[in-house]
Amino acid sequence: MIRFARTCAGRPSPDAELSMVTAEPGSTALSTARSTPSSRPLVAMDAVSKVFSNGTLALSGMSMTVRPGEFISLLGPSGCGKSTALRIIAGLGGISEGSIDWPSFRINARGLPDGDISFVFQEPTLMPWQTVFGNVYLPLRLKGLSKKAAADKIYAALESVGLEDFADAYPRELSGGMKMRVSIARALVTEPKLLLMDEPFAALDEITRQKLNDDVLALWKATGITVIFVTHSVYESAYLANRIVVMKARPGRVHADFPLHTSLERDVRYRTSEEYRQACADVSAKLSEAMGGEEH
Amino acid sequence: MTSANEDLQPAPTTDHAGASKSKAPAAVQLPTRESAAAIKRRDRLLTILVPICVIAFLIAFWQIMVTVNETPHYILPGPDLVVKSLISDWHILLPALWVTTKITIASLALALIGGGGMAILLVQSRWIEVALYPITVILQVTPIIAIAPLILIYAPTTQSALLICAFVVAFFPILSNMVQGLKSVDHNLLNLFELYGASRWQTLIYLKLPASLPYFMTGLRIGGGLALIAAVVAEFAAGSAGAGSGLAFRLLESQFRLNISRLFAALFLLASLGVLIFALTSFISWWTLHRWHESSLKREN
Repeated sequence: MIRFARTCAGRPSPDAELSMVTAEPGSTALSTARSTPSSRPLVAMDAVSKVFSNGTLALSGMSMTVRPGEFISLLGPSGCGKSTALRIIAGLGGISEGSIDWPSFRINARGLPDGDISFVFQEPTLMPWQTVFGNVYLPLRLKGLSKKAAADKIYAALESVGLEDFADAYPRELSGGMKMRVSIARALVTEPKLLLMDEPFAALDEITRQKLNDDVLALWKATGITVIFVTHSVYESAYLANRIVVMKARPGRVHADFPLHTSLERDVRYRTSEEYRQACADVSAKLSEAMGGEEH
Repeated sequence: MTSANEDLQPAPTTDHAGASKSKAPAAVQLPTRESAAAIKRRDRLLTILVPICVIAFLIAFWQIMVTVNETPHYILPGPDLVVKSLISDWHILLPALWVTTKITIASLALALIGGGGMAILLVQSRWIEVALYPITVILQVTPIIAIAPLILIYAPTTQSALLICAFVVAFFPILSNMVQGLKSVDHNLLNLFELYGASRWQTLIYLKLPASLPYFMTGLRIGGGLALIAAVVAEFAAGSAGAGSGLAFRLLESQFRLNISRLFAALFLLASLGVLIFALTSFISWWTLHRWHESSLKREN
Protein backbone atom coordinates (compact mmCIF):
# COMPACT_ATOMS: atom_id res chain seq x y z
CA MET A 1 0.00 0.00 0.00
CA ILE A 2 1.39 3.36 -0.99
CA ARG A 3 -0.40 6.41 0.21
CA PHE A 4 0.67 10.00 -0.20
CA ALA A 5 -1.45 12.58 1.57
CA ARG A 6 -1.68 15.72 -0.56
CA THR A 7 -2.95 18.98 0.80
CA CYS A 8 -3.50 21.25 -2.12
CA ALA A 9 -5.70 23.67 -0.17
CA GLY A 10 -2.90 24.20 2.32
CA ARG A 11 -0.56 25.78 -0.21
CA PRO A 12 0.40 29.37 0.46
CA SER A 13 -0.84 31.93 -2.03
CA PRO A 14 1.65 33.25 -4.61
CA ASP A 15 1.73 36.60 -2.76
CA ALA A 16 2.69 34.97 0.48
CA GLU A 17 5.39 33.05 -1.39
CA LEU A 18 6.80 36.25 -2.78
CA SER A 19 6.99 37.95 0.57
CA MET A 20 8.86 34.97 1.98
CA VAL A 21 11.40 35.10 -0.80
CA THR A 22 12.04 38.81 -0.61
CA ALA A 23 12.12 38.91 3.18
CA GLU A 24 15.41 40.00 4.70
CA PRO A 25 17.27 37.39 6.74
CA GLY A 26 15.83 37.23 10.23
CA SER A 27 13.00 39.57 9.29
CA THR A 28 9.59 39.47 10.89
CA ALA A 29 7.97 37.11 8.41
CA LEU A 30 10.35 34.34 9.36
CA SER A 31 10.81 35.10 13.03
CA THR A 32 7.07 35.08 13.62
CA ALA A 33 6.95 31.70 11.98
CA ARG A 34 9.48 30.50 14.49
CA SER A 35 7.88 32.03 17.54
CA THR A 36 4.36 30.78 16.89
CA PRO A 37 4.14 27.24 18.17
CA SER A 38 0.78 26.64 16.49
CA SER A 39 2.05 27.40 12.95
CA ARG A 40 1.60 24.72 10.34
CA PRO A 41 4.25 22.00 10.32
CA LEU A 42 6.66 21.74 7.41
CA VAL A 43 6.71 17.97 7.29
CA ALA A 44 4.31 15.46 8.80
CA MET A 45 5.45 11.84 8.68
CA ASP A 46 2.88 9.40 9.94
CA ALA A 47 3.71 5.73 10.55
CA VAL A 48 5.98 5.62 7.52
CA SER A 49 7.51 2.28 6.57
CA LYS A 50 9.98 1.66 3.82
CA VAL A 51 10.93 -1.70 2.36
CA PHE A 52 13.86 -1.78 -0.04
CA SER A 53 13.61 -3.79 -3.24
CA ASN A 54 15.85 -6.47 -1.70
CA GLY A 55 13.29 -6.99 1.08
CA THR A 56 15.11 -5.12 3.86
CA LEU A 57 12.76 -3.24 6.17
CA ALA A 58 14.58 0.08 6.45
CA LEU A 59 11.93 2.05 8.35
CA SER A 60 9.02 0.77 10.37
CA GLY A 61 6.20 3.01 11.53
CA MET A 62 8.24 6.18 11.82
CA SER A 63 6.30 9.28 12.81
CA MET A 64 7.77 12.75 13.09
CA THR A 65 6.51 16.29 12.71
CA VAL A 66 8.87 19.05 11.67
CA ARG A 67 7.90 22.57 12.74
CA PRO A 68 9.26 25.82 11.32
CA GLY A 69 12.48 27.12 12.81
CA GLU A 70 13.56 23.88 14.40
CA PHE A 71 17.10 22.55 14.31
CA ILE A 72 16.55 18.83 14.52
CA SER A 73 19.39 16.40 14.93
CA LEU A 74 18.61 12.91 13.70
CA LEU A 75 20.90 10.66 15.68
CA GLY A 76 21.38 6.93 15.71
CA PRO A 77 23.68 3.97 15.10
CA SER A 78 24.71 3.26 11.54
CA GLY A 79 22.14 1.40 9.51
CA CYS A 80 19.21 2.75 11.55
CA GLY A 81 17.60 4.39 8.54
CA LYS A 82 18.58 8.00 9.27
CA SER A 83 19.53 8.67 5.69
CA THR A 84 16.50 6.81 4.37
CA ALA A 85 14.25 8.96 6.55
CA LEU A 86 15.96 12.09 5.30
CA ARG A 87 15.56 11.03 1.67
CA ILE A 88 11.86 10.37 2.26
CA ILE A 89 11.46 13.82 3.80
CA ALA A 90 13.16 15.27 0.70
CA GLY A 91 10.71 13.41 -1.51
CA LEU A 92 13.45 11.19 -2.95
CA GLY A 93 12.27 7.61 -3.14
CA GLY A 94 8.76 6.45 -2.31
CA ILE A 95 7.39 4.96 0.87
CA SER A 96 5.90 1.51 1.38
CA GLU A 97 3.35 2.31 4.07
CA GLY A 98 2.02 5.27 6.03
CA SER A 99 1.85 8.82 4.78
CA ILE A 100 4.02 11.87 4.45
CA ASP A 101 2.79 15.36 3.84
CA TRP A 102 4.41 18.76 3.33
CA PRO A 103 1.61 21.14 4.43
CA SER A 104 3.59 24.38 4.00
CA PHE A 105 5.40 23.65 0.76
CA ARG A 106 4.66 24.07 -2.91
CA ILE A 107 3.78 20.67 -4.34
CA ASN A 108 4.54 19.66 -7.92
CA ALA A 109 2.56 17.50 -10.32
CA ARG A 110 4.02 14.31 -8.88
CA GLY A 111 2.77 15.26 -5.39
CA LEU A 112 6.28 15.99 -4.14
CA PRO A 113 7.71 19.18 -2.65
CA ASP A 114 8.93 21.57 -5.30
CA GLY A 115 11.85 23.85 -4.56
CA ASP A 116 11.40 24.45 -0.82
CA ILE A 117 13.77 21.72 0.32
CA SER A 118 17.51 21.60 -0.11
CA PHE A 119 19.82 18.69 0.52
CA VAL A 120 23.46 18.62 1.55
CA PHE A 121 25.00 15.19 1.08
CA GLN A 122 27.84 13.59 2.98
CA GLU A 123 30.07 14.22 -0.03
CA PRO A 124 30.23 17.73 -1.50
CA THR A 125 28.69 16.26 -4.69
CA LEU A 126 29.96 19.03 -6.94
CA MET A 127 30.19 18.87 -10.70
CA PRO A 128 33.95 18.88 -11.37
CA TRP A 129 33.53 20.44 -14.83
CA GLN A 130 31.79 23.51 -13.42
CA THR A 131 33.33 26.37 -11.49
CA VAL A 132 32.13 27.21 -7.98
CA PHE A 133 29.80 29.74 -9.60
CA GLY A 134 28.46 27.14 -12.02
CA ASN A 135 27.85 24.66 -9.24
CA VAL A 136 25.90 27.13 -7.13
CA TYR A 137 24.04 28.27 -10.26
CA LEU A 138 22.75 24.73 -10.91
CA PRO A 139 19.46 24.78 -8.92
CA LEU A 140 18.53 28.15 -10.45
CA ARG A 141 19.61 27.05 -13.91
CA LEU A 142 17.30 24.03 -13.64
CA LYS A 143 14.50 26.45 -12.79
CA GLY A 144 15.23 28.31 -16.03
CA LEU A 145 16.89 31.42 -14.60
CA SER A 146 19.48 33.10 -16.78
CA LYS A 147 23.01 33.51 -15.50
CA LYS A 148 22.50 37.26 -15.27
CA ALA A 149 19.29 37.00 -13.29
CA ALA A 150 20.82 34.45 -10.95
CA ALA A 151 24.16 36.19 -10.36
CA ASP A 152 23.06 38.29 -7.38
CA LYS A 153 21.59 35.30 -5.57
CA ILE A 154 24.65 33.20 -6.34
CA TYR A 155 27.05 35.81 -4.95
CA ALA A 156 24.83 36.28 -1.90
CA ALA A 157 24.89 32.52 -1.26
CA LEU A 158 28.66 32.40 -1.75
CA GLU A 159 29.09 35.33 0.60
CA SER A 160 27.04 33.61 3.28
CA VAL A 161 29.58 30.77 3.31
CA GLY A 162 32.59 33.08 2.87
CA LEU A 163 33.54 31.95 -0.63
CA GLU A 164 32.73 35.07 -2.68
CA ASP A 165 36.36 35.26 -3.85
CA PHE A 166 36.35 31.71 -5.20
CA ALA A 167 33.52 31.96 -7.74
CA ASP A 168 35.81 31.13 -10.66
CA ALA A 169 37.70 28.28 -9.00
CA TYR A 170 37.15 24.68 -9.97
CA PRO A 171 36.24 22.16 -7.23
CA ARG A 172 39.60 20.39 -7.54
CA GLU A 173 41.32 23.61 -6.44
CA LEU A 174 39.42 23.72 -3.14
CA SER A 175 40.01 21.99 0.19
CA GLY A 176 37.50 19.51 1.60
CA GLY A 177 35.95 22.11 3.89
CA MET A 178 35.65 24.65 1.08
CA LYS A 179 33.96 22.10 -1.19
CA MET A 180 31.45 21.46 1.57
CA ARG A 181 30.83 25.22 1.81
CA VAL A 182 30.11 25.32 -1.91
CA SER A 183 27.67 22.48 -1.39
CA ILE A 184 25.97 24.49 1.37
CA ALA A 185 25.90 27.63 -0.80
CA ARG A 186 24.24 25.61 -3.55
CA ALA A 187 21.64 24.41 -1.03
CA LEU A 188 20.97 27.96 0.16
CA VAL A 189 20.77 29.66 -3.23
CA THR A 190 17.13 28.64 -3.77
CA GLU A 191 16.24 30.19 -0.39
CA PRO A 192 14.73 26.94 0.87
CA LYS A 193 12.56 26.63 3.97
CA LEU A 194 13.97 23.28 4.96
CA LEU A 195 17.62 22.29 4.81
CA LEU A 196 18.41 18.59 5.04
CA MET A 197 21.98 17.64 5.87
CA ASP A 198 23.09 14.01 5.70
CA GLU A 199 26.21 13.68 7.87
CA PRO A 200 27.62 16.63 5.96
CA PHE A 201 30.90 17.02 7.81
CA ALA A 202 31.65 13.39 8.67
CA ALA A 203 34.54 13.22 6.22
CA LEU A 204 36.22 16.42 7.46
CA ASP A 205 38.82 16.96 10.12
CA GLU A 206 37.75 18.04 13.60
CA ILE A 207 38.85 21.69 13.30
CA THR A 208 37.13 22.24 9.96
CA ARG A 209 34.08 20.44 11.22
CA GLN A 210 33.74 22.70 14.29
CA LYS A 211 34.13 25.78 12.15
CA LEU A 212 31.46 24.59 9.74
CA ASN A 213 29.16 23.67 12.63
CA ASP A 214 29.43 27.24 13.90
CA ASP A 215 28.76 28.53 10.39
CA VAL A 216 25.66 26.39 10.02
CA LEU A 217 24.40 27.62 13.40
CA ALA A 218 25.01 31.22 12.35
CA LEU A 219 23.13 30.66 9.09
CA TRP A 220 20.26 29.06 10.97
CA LYS A 221 20.05 32.04 13.33
CA ALA A 222 20.33 34.60 10.54
CA THR A 223 17.84 33.12 8.11
CA GLY A 224 15.37 31.27 10.31
CA ILE A 225 15.68 28.24 8.07
CA THR A 226 14.60 24.86 9.46
CA VAL A 227 17.37 22.27 9.57
CA ILE A 228 17.37 18.51 9.89
CA PHE A 229 20.89 17.35 10.51
CA VAL A 230 21.71 13.65 10.37
CA THR A 231 24.75 12.69 12.40
CA HIS A 232 26.19 9.82 14.39
CA SER A 233 28.06 12.16 16.70
CA VAL A 234 26.54 12.81 20.12
CA TYR A 235 28.73 15.89 20.56
CA GLU A 236 27.74 17.39 17.25
CA SER A 237 24.02 16.90 17.88
CA ALA A 238 24.18 18.26 21.43
CA TYR A 239 26.05 21.32 20.17
CA LEU A 240 23.79 22.14 17.24
CA ALA A 241 20.26 20.98 17.75
CA ASN A 242 17.33 22.34 19.71
CA ARG A 243 15.53 19.06 19.21
CA ILE A 244 17.03 15.60 19.17
CA VAL A 245 15.46 12.59 17.52
CA VAL A 246 17.23 9.35 18.44
CA MET A 247 16.59 6.43 16.12
CA LYS A 248 16.79 2.72 16.70
CA ALA A 249 18.01 0.23 14.12
CA ARG A 250 16.59 -2.92 12.50
CA PRO A 251 14.00 -1.80 11.65
CA GLY A 252 14.55 1.96 11.76
CA ARG A 253 12.17 3.80 14.05
CA VAL A 254 12.10 6.72 16.49
CA HIS A 255 13.35 5.77 19.94
CA ALA A 256 13.34 9.17 21.63
CA ASP A 257 12.32 12.65 20.56
CA PHE A 258 13.06 15.52 22.95
CA PRO A 259 13.86 19.24 22.91
CA LEU A 260 17.25 20.51 23.95
CA HIS A 261 17.07 24.02 25.33
CA THR A 262 20.07 25.84 26.66
CA SER A 263 20.44 29.11 28.50
CA LEU A 264 23.79 29.82 26.83
CA GLU A 265 24.58 30.99 23.31
CA ARG A 266 25.95 28.07 21.36
CA ASP A 267 29.58 29.10 20.92
CA VAL A 268 33.02 28.31 22.33
CA ARG A 269 31.87 28.95 25.88
CA TYR A 270 28.95 26.59 25.48
CA ARG A 271 31.35 23.90 24.24
CA THR A 272 33.17 23.92 27.58
CA SER A 273 30.16 24.51 29.83
CA GLU A 274 28.64 22.17 32.36
CA GLU A 275 25.33 22.54 30.51
CA TYR A 276 26.87 21.14 27.30
CA ARG A 277 28.45 18.28 29.23
CA GLN A 278 25.06 17.46 30.74
CA ALA A 279 23.38 17.65 27.33
CA CYS A 280 25.96 15.27 25.88
CA ALA A 281 25.40 12.89 28.77
CA ASP A 282 21.62 12.95 28.27
CA VAL A 283 21.84 12.40 24.53
CA SER A 284 24.46 9.72 25.02
CA ALA A 285 22.21 7.89 27.50
CA LYS A 286 19.33 7.90 25.04
CA LEU A 287 21.59 6.65 22.29
CA SER A 288 22.91 3.76 24.42
CA GLU A 289 19.30 2.86 25.24
CA ALA A 290 18.54 2.80 21.53
CA MET A 291 21.58 0.69 20.79
CA GLY A 292 21.11 -1.58 23.81
CA GLY A 293 17.63 -2.56 22.74
CA GLU A 294 19.06 -3.80 19.50
CA GLU A 295 21.08 -6.55 21.13
CA HIS A 296 18.18 -8.24 22.94
CA MET B 1 61.33 15.61 -12.91
CA THR B 2 62.04 13.93 -9.59
CA SER B 3 65.43 12.73 -10.66
CA ALA B 4 66.34 16.17 -11.94
CA ASN B 5 65.44 17.64 -8.56
CA GLU B 6 67.56 15.11 -6.78
CA ASP B 7 70.50 15.88 -9.02
CA LEU B 8 70.46 19.46 -7.92
CA GLN B 9 70.44 18.77 -4.22
CA PRO B 10 73.87 18.41 -2.66
CA ALA B 11 74.60 14.80 -2.00
CA PRO B 12 74.89 14.06 1.71
CA THR B 13 78.58 13.44 2.24
CA THR B 14 79.35 12.83 5.88
CA ASP B 15 77.47 12.23 9.11
CA HIS B 16 74.08 11.97 7.44
CA ALA B 17 72.23 10.90 10.56
CA GLY B 18 73.69 13.69 12.64
CA ALA B 19 72.92 16.33 10.05
CA SER B 20 69.30 15.27 9.72
CA LYS B 21 68.88 15.40 13.47
CA SER B 22 70.44 18.70 14.39
CA LYS B 23 70.56 20.97 11.37
CA ALA B 24 68.11 19.30 9.08
CA PRO B 25 66.50 22.52 7.73
CA ALA B 26 69.87 24.05 6.82
CA ALA B 27 71.27 20.90 5.29
CA VAL B 28 68.60 20.57 2.59
CA GLN B 29 68.92 23.21 -0.09
CA LEU B 30 65.73 23.37 -2.05
CA PRO B 31 66.10 24.47 -5.67
CA THR B 32 65.20 28.11 -6.11
CA ARG B 33 62.30 29.22 -8.24
CA GLU B 34 64.55 30.09 -11.21
CA SER B 35 66.42 26.83 -11.19
CA ALA B 36 63.15 24.89 -10.93
CA ALA B 37 61.90 26.68 -14.04
CA ALA B 38 65.19 26.00 -15.79
CA ILE B 39 64.93 22.31 -14.94
CA LYS B 40 61.42 22.28 -16.29
CA ARG B 41 62.57 23.89 -19.56
CA ARG B 42 65.49 21.51 -19.92
CA ASP B 43 63.15 18.62 -19.19
CA ARG B 44 60.76 19.70 -21.92
CA LEU B 45 63.59 20.24 -24.41
CA LEU B 46 64.96 16.77 -23.70
CA THR B 47 61.54 15.13 -24.20
CA ILE B 48 61.55 16.55 -27.73
CA LEU B 49 65.26 16.12 -28.52
CA VAL B 50 65.73 12.52 -27.36
CA PRO B 51 63.17 10.93 -29.71
CA ILE B 52 64.42 13.09 -32.61
CA CYS B 53 67.97 11.91 -31.98
CA VAL B 54 66.87 8.27 -31.87
CA ILE B 55 65.00 8.62 -35.19
CA ALA B 56 67.93 10.47 -36.79
CA PHE B 57 70.26 7.73 -35.64
CA LEU B 58 68.02 5.02 -37.11
CA ILE B 59 67.79 6.83 -40.45
CA ALA B 60 71.56 7.28 -40.54
CA PHE B 61 72.03 3.60 -39.71
CA TRP B 62 69.59 2.70 -42.54
CA GLN B 63 71.50 4.87 -45.01
CA ILE B 64 74.86 3.41 -44.00
CA MET B 65 73.67 -0.19 -44.19
CA VAL B 66 72.15 0.34 -47.64
CA THR B 67 75.32 2.05 -48.92
CA VAL B 68 77.76 -0.43 -47.41
CA ASN B 69 75.84 -3.54 -48.50
CA GLU B 70 74.96 -2.03 -51.88
CA THR B 71 71.36 -3.18 -51.46
CA PRO B 72 69.46 -2.83 -54.77
CA HIS B 73 66.91 -0.02 -54.61
CA TYR B 74 64.05 -2.32 -55.72
CA ILE B 75 64.52 -4.27 -52.49
CA LEU B 76 65.41 -1.56 -50.00
CA PRO B 77 66.00 2.00 -51.13
CA GLY B 78 67.97 4.33 -48.90
CA PRO B 79 66.31 7.25 -47.14
CA ASP B 80 67.74 9.57 -49.80
CA LEU B 81 65.78 7.77 -52.54
CA VAL B 82 62.63 7.81 -50.41
CA VAL B 83 62.91 11.58 -50.01
CA LYS B 84 63.61 11.96 -53.73
CA SER B 85 60.53 9.89 -54.54
CA LEU B 86 58.47 11.87 -52.05
CA ILE B 87 59.35 15.04 -53.97
CA SER B 88 59.18 13.73 -57.53
CA ASP B 89 55.93 11.74 -57.01
CA TRP B 90 54.30 14.49 -54.99
CA HIS B 91 51.70 15.07 -57.73
CA ILE B 92 50.56 11.42 -57.32
CA LEU B 93 50.94 11.10 -53.57
CA LEU B 94 49.32 14.38 -52.52
CA PRO B 95 45.89 13.67 -54.10
CA ALA B 96 46.05 10.15 -52.66
CA LEU B 97 46.87 11.52 -49.21
CA TRP B 98 43.97 13.93 -49.53
CA VAL B 99 41.55 11.09 -50.42
CA THR B 100 42.65 8.98 -47.45
CA THR B 101 42.46 11.97 -45.12
CA LYS B 102 38.97 12.83 -46.31
CA ILE B 103 37.70 9.27 -45.80
CA THR B 104 39.28 9.04 -42.35
CA ILE B 105 37.98 12.40 -41.13
CA ALA B 106 34.51 11.89 -42.60
CA SER B 107 34.16 8.39 -41.16
CA LEU B 108 35.41 9.58 -37.78
CA ALA B 109 32.92 12.43 -37.79
CA LEU B 110 30.10 10.06 -38.68
CA ALA B 111 31.24 7.64 -35.99
CA LEU B 112 31.30 10.44 -33.40
CA ILE B 113 27.77 11.53 -34.25
CA GLY B 114 26.50 7.97 -34.69
CA GLY B 115 28.30 6.49 -31.69
CA GLY B 116 27.42 9.39 -29.39
CA GLY B 117 23.80 9.47 -30.53
CA MET B 118 23.42 5.72 -30.31
CA ALA B 119 24.91 5.73 -26.78
CA ILE B 120 22.40 8.35 -25.66
CA LEU B 121 19.62 6.25 -27.17
CA LEU B 122 20.87 3.05 -25.54
CA VAL B 123 20.94 4.45 -22.00
CA GLN B 124 17.41 5.84 -22.25
CA SER B 125 15.83 2.47 -21.57
CA ARG B 126 17.06 -0.95 -20.64
CA TRP B 127 14.97 -2.51 -23.41
CA ILE B 128 16.49 -0.41 -26.14
CA GLU B 129 19.88 -1.48 -24.88
CA VAL B 130 18.87 -5.16 -24.74
CA ALA B 131 17.53 -4.93 -28.30
CA LEU B 132 20.36 -3.04 -29.98
CA TYR B 133 23.58 -3.65 -28.11
CA PRO B 134 24.18 -7.20 -29.40
CA ILE B 135 23.94 -5.96 -32.98
CA THR B 136 26.62 -3.38 -32.41
CA VAL B 137 28.83 -6.02 -30.80
CA ILE B 138 28.37 -8.35 -33.79
CA LEU B 139 29.29 -5.51 -36.12
CA GLN B 140 32.38 -4.83 -34.07
CA VAL B 141 33.74 -8.37 -33.67
CA THR B 142 33.34 -9.31 -37.34
CA PRO B 143 36.66 -8.48 -39.03
CA ILE B 144 36.16 -5.53 -41.33
CA ILE B 145 38.14 -7.17 -44.14
CA ALA B 146 35.51 -9.93 -44.18
CA ILE B 147 32.57 -7.55 -44.58
CA ALA B 148 34.37 -5.26 -47.02
CA PRO B 149 33.53 -7.29 -50.18
CA LEU B 150 29.82 -7.19 -49.28
CA ILE B 151 29.90 -3.47 -48.59
CA LEU B 152 31.68 -2.99 -51.93
CA ILE B 153 28.84 -4.79 -53.70
CA TYR B 154 26.03 -2.88 -51.99
CA ALA B 155 27.51 0.61 -51.74
CA PRO B 156 26.80 2.90 -54.70
CA THR B 157 30.41 4.06 -55.10
CA THR B 158 33.78 2.81 -53.95
CA GLN B 159 34.31 5.98 -51.96
CA SER B 160 31.09 5.44 -50.00
CA ALA B 161 32.07 1.80 -49.42
CA LEU B 162 35.39 2.89 -47.94
CA LEU B 163 33.57 5.41 -45.81
CA ILE B 164 31.16 2.77 -44.48
CA CYS B 165 34.02 0.39 -43.65
CA ALA B 166 35.97 3.01 -41.74
CA PHE B 167 32.79 4.15 -39.99
CA VAL B 168 31.90 0.63 -38.78
CA VAL B 169 35.32 0.22 -37.21
CA ALA B 170 35.54 3.65 -35.55
CA PHE B 171 31.95 3.55 -34.36
CA PHE B 172 32.20 0.89 -31.68
CA PRO B 173 34.92 2.26 -29.37
CA ILE B 174 33.13 5.60 -29.33
CA LEU B 175 29.80 3.93 -28.60
CA SER B 176 31.04 1.64 -25.85
CA ASN B 177 33.04 4.36 -24.14
CA MET B 178 30.14 6.78 -24.31
CA VAL B 179 27.69 4.22 -22.88
CA GLN B 180 30.13 3.55 -20.06
CA GLY B 181 30.44 7.29 -19.42
CA LEU B 182 26.71 7.94 -19.44
CA LYS B 183 26.23 5.13 -16.96
CA SER B 184 28.96 6.18 -14.54
CA VAL B 185 27.37 9.43 -13.44
CA ASP B 186 27.72 10.12 -9.70
CA HIS B 187 24.53 8.84 -8.03
CA ASN B 188 24.43 11.69 -5.55
CA LEU B 189 24.44 14.16 -8.43
CA LEU B 190 21.56 12.25 -10.02
CA ASN B 191 19.70 12.52 -6.69
CA LEU B 192 20.45 16.21 -6.59
CA PHE B 193 19.03 16.73 -10.09
CA GLU B 194 15.94 14.74 -9.10
CA LEU B 195 15.54 16.84 -5.96
CA TYR B 196 15.62 20.05 -7.97
CA GLY B 197 13.03 18.65 -10.35
CA ALA B 198 15.33 18.48 -13.39
CA SER B 199 13.74 17.15 -16.56
CA ARG B 200 15.21 14.21 -18.45
CA TRP B 201 16.55 16.62 -21.03
CA GLN B 202 18.18 18.89 -18.41
CA THR B 203 19.76 15.89 -16.69
CA LEU B 204 21.21 14.80 -20.03
CA ILE B 205 22.55 18.22 -21.03
CA TYR B 206 23.82 19.48 -17.70
CA LEU B 207 24.87 16.25 -16.03
CA LYS B 208 25.20 13.14 -18.15
CA LEU B 209 26.90 14.59 -21.21
CA PRO B 210 29.55 16.60 -19.34
CA ALA B 211 30.16 13.70 -16.95
CA SER B 212 30.76 11.33 -19.86
CA LEU B 213 33.07 13.73 -21.70
CA PRO B 214 36.29 12.03 -20.48
CA TYR B 215 34.96 8.68 -21.72
CA PHE B 216 33.93 10.22 -25.03
CA MET B 217 37.44 11.62 -25.45
CA THR B 218 38.95 8.18 -24.88
CA GLY B 219 36.61 6.89 -27.59
CA LEU B 220 37.68 9.72 -29.88
CA ARG B 221 41.39 8.92 -29.47
CA ILE B 222 40.88 5.21 -30.11
CA GLY B 223 38.36 5.83 -32.89
CA GLY B 224 40.65 8.31 -34.69
CA GLY B 225 43.45 5.73 -34.97
CA LEU B 226 41.07 2.95 -35.98
CA ALA B 227 39.37 5.06 -38.65
CA LEU B 228 42.68 5.47 -40.49
CA ILE B 229 43.52 1.77 -40.19
CA ALA B 230 40.06 0.82 -41.45
CA ALA B 231 40.26 3.30 -44.34
CA VAL B 232 43.53 1.68 -45.47
CA VAL B 233 42.32 -1.91 -44.98
CA ALA B 234 39.09 -1.18 -46.84
CA GLU B 235 41.00 0.28 -49.76
CA PHE B 236 43.24 -2.77 -49.88
CA ALA B 237 40.08 -4.87 -50.15
CA ALA B 238 38.49 -2.58 -52.70
CA GLY B 239 41.65 -2.30 -54.82
CA SER B 240 40.17 0.68 -56.63
CA ALA B 241 42.37 2.35 -59.18
CA GLY B 242 42.27 5.66 -60.95
CA ALA B 243 42.15 9.28 -60.01
CA GLY B 244 40.10 8.84 -56.86
CA SER B 245 42.37 6.32 -55.19
CA GLY B 246 43.91 6.80 -51.79
CA LEU B 247 47.33 6.11 -50.32
CA ALA B 248 46.59 2.43 -49.73
CA PHE B 249 46.10 1.82 -53.45
CA ARG B 250 49.25 3.80 -54.30
CA LEU B 251 51.05 1.55 -51.83
CA LEU B 252 49.85 -1.63 -53.57
CA GLU B 253 50.54 -0.15 -56.98
CA SER B 254 54.11 0.73 -56.01
CA GLN B 255 54.62 -2.81 -54.78
CA PHE B 256 53.44 -4.29 -58.10
CA ARG B 257 55.78 -1.98 -60.01
CA LEU B 258 58.68 -2.65 -57.66
CA ASN B 259 58.83 1.09 -57.02
CA ILE B 260 59.79 0.50 -53.42
CA SER B 261 60.96 4.04 -52.77
CA ARG B 262 57.51 5.35 -53.62
CA LEU B 263 56.03 2.64 -51.39
CA PHE B 264 58.14 3.95 -48.55
CA ALA B 265 57.12 7.50 -49.36
CA ALA B 266 53.43 6.52 -49.23
CA LEU B 267 54.06 4.66 -45.99
CA PHE B 268 55.74 7.74 -44.54
CA LEU B 269 52.73 9.87 -45.45
CA LEU B 270 50.33 7.34 -43.87
CA ALA B 271 52.35 7.27 -40.68
CA SER B 272 52.48 11.07 -40.61
CA LEU B 273 48.72 11.22 -41.05
CA GLY B 274 48.29 8.75 -38.19
CA VAL B 275 50.57 10.80 -35.93
CA LEU B 276 48.71 13.97 -36.87
CA ILE B 277 45.33 12.44 -36.05
CA PHE B 278 46.68 11.14 -32.75
CA ALA B 279 48.14 14.53 -31.87
CA LEU B 280 44.96 16.33 -32.85
CA THR B 281 42.60 14.04 -30.89
CA SER B 282 44.94 14.12 -27.89
CA PHE B 283 45.00 17.90 -28.03
CA ILE B 284 41.20 18.14 -28.26
CA SER B 285 40.94 15.78 -25.31
CA TRP B 286 43.44 17.79 -23.27
CA TRP B 287 41.85 21.09 -24.23
CA THR B 288 38.35 20.08 -23.15
CA LEU B 289 39.39 18.33 -19.95
CA HIS B 290 42.50 20.08 -18.64
CA ARG B 291 40.67 22.50 -16.40
CA TRP B 292 38.88 19.89 -14.37
CA HIS B 293 39.57 16.25 -15.10
CA GLU B 294 42.13 14.20 -13.16
CA SER B 295 43.55 12.57 -16.30
CA SER B 296 44.72 15.95 -17.64
CA LEU B 297 46.17 17.26 -14.40
CA LYS B 298 49.77 17.18 -13.33
CA ARG B 299 50.32 15.55 -10.00
CA GLU B 300 51.49 18.06 -7.44
CA ASN B 301 53.69 16.72 -4.72
